[in-house]
Amino acid sequence: MYQTTYHRASSVDEAASLFAKGTEAKFLAGGQTLLPVMKQRLASPSDVIDLGKIKELIGVEASGDTLTIKAATPHYDVATSDAAKKAIPALAYLASLIGDPAVRYRGTIGGSIANNDPAADYPAALLALGATVKTNKRSISAEDFFKGLFTTALEDGEIITAVSFPVPQKAGYAKMRHPASRFALTAVFVAQTKSGEVRVAATGASQSGVMRVGAIEAALKANWSPSAIDGVSVSASNLLADIHGTAEYRANLIKVMAQRAVAAAG
Amino acid sequence: MSTVKLTVNGKAVAVDVEDRTLLVHLLRDHLNLTGTHVGCDTSQCGACVVHLDGKAVKSCTMLAGQADGANVTTIEGIAKGDELHPMQAAFRDNHGLQCGYCTPGMIMSAIDIVHRHGGQLDEPTVRQELEGNICRCTGYHNIVKAVLDAAGRMKVSQAAE
Repeated sequence: MYQTTYHRASSVDEAASLFAKGTEAKFLAGGQTLLPVMKQRLASPSDVIDLGKIKELIGVEASGDTLTIKAATPHYDVATSDAAKKAIPALAYLASLIGDPAVRYRGTIGGSIANNDPAADYPAALLALGATVKTNKRSISAEDFFKGLFTTALEDGEIITAVSFPVPQKAGYAKMRHPASRFALTAVFVAQTKSGEVRVAATGASQSGVMRVGAIEAALKANWSPSAIDGVSVSASNLLADIHGTAEYRANLIKVMAQRAVAAAG
Repeated sequence: MSTVKLTVNGKAVAVDVEDRTLLVHLLRDHLNLTGTHVGCDTSQCGACVVHLDGKAVKSCTMLAGQADGANVTTIEGIAKGDELHPMQAAFRDNHGLQCGYCTPGMIMSAIDIVHRHGGQLDEPTVRQELEGNICRCTGYHNIVKAVLDAAGRMKVSQAAE
C-alpha cells in the first residue's frame, strides 16, 4: 500500500471538510473493498477519511411504510435487525449473503452502493424497491443513482448518509453465488409495491451494472408466479461474458433467479 | 505516523505506526503477536481473523488506525494461563489442524460462530459459517468436528461460570 494519511471523522460535516482539505481524498466506510484495492496499489488516496465511527450514520429504523438504513450500518446489523426482518425480510436476507461473516461485520451499505460493483448485492435491492439515496447534499432515486460500472451520481466529496426503502407488498431475492468470491454470478431482486407496481432488478449480469428486467416485470405484473416467467425471453446482448459464464448463461440465470425470488416472496 | 491506542489481549498498548499500517502488521510486527497469520492478503482466507470488540474480523482488511480505541483479542489471548480455550482444546482433541497455518483464524472465527449461534449449531451451519476461512490442507472434516465439539464444551463452561 502507498503512503496515505488516515483521519477519523466524528461527524458528516467534519468528514466533508477533511475531504475538501485532501488533495486526493477518499472516504472509508467498512473498507472491505477500498483497502484490498489500496493494497493492490490500484488506488492511492492522499487521505483516507473514516466514516465508520460516525454515530449519526449507523442504525436501522422503520417508520410507517419506510425502512431507513443509515449509510455506515454493517451488513451483519442489517441481516440481524428486527426492524429490517419485519419490514423487508428479503433485504435482511440479501445482507446475510454478502461476502462472509467477517466481511459482513465490517462492510456497509453506503460503501457498497458508492462503489457500485456490477456484481454487488445491494444495488439490486435499491433498484427493485425504488429506494432513495440520501446524501449530505440531496436525495437521489436509485434509478438516477447507479450510472454503470463502478459509477454513481455522487459528486466529489458527497457523502451518502442513508438509504430509504419503501416497504413493499412482497419482495424476494435469489442469488447464484460465485463459490470463491461470494459475489453474484447473477442475482435477482423482485418486488411488488403497495400500489401494485412490479419491479425486477438483476445484478452480476449486465456489462452496465445493475439493471431492470422489463420483460420479467411485464410477465409478473400479469401473473405473479414463477411459472409466469417460463415463456419470457431475456436478451443476452450487453450481458457479461467471462470465464465463469457466457452472456447466454447469465440471460438464463436471470430467469431462473427471478423465478426463485418470486417463489421466496410468496 | 500516528499513535494508535488499543487494548490487545487485555493489555492497553500505544503503538506508533505509519497510517497505511494494517491491523495485522501492528499485531505481528510491532507487538510480536505472530499467531495471527497473513495468508492470502486479499481478504479471502481468514488466517488473519482476530476479535475486534468481540467480533471476528479480518485484520488484513483494516487499517491499524481503524482499531484505535478498540478491544482486540488474538489467538494468544484466549487461553487462561496453561488452560486452553475450549475451542483450542477441541481442535487438539479432534485433530482439527494439519499444517496449522489456518488454525488461529479458524479458531477465532469458530468462537464467534459459537457465540452467535449458541446451542443451535449443526454441521451444515458450521460449514456455511466457515466460508470465510480457507484450509489449504483441505482438512475441513476435523475442523467442523472440533467446532461442534467445542460448541458443547463452551455451553458447559458458560453454564459453570
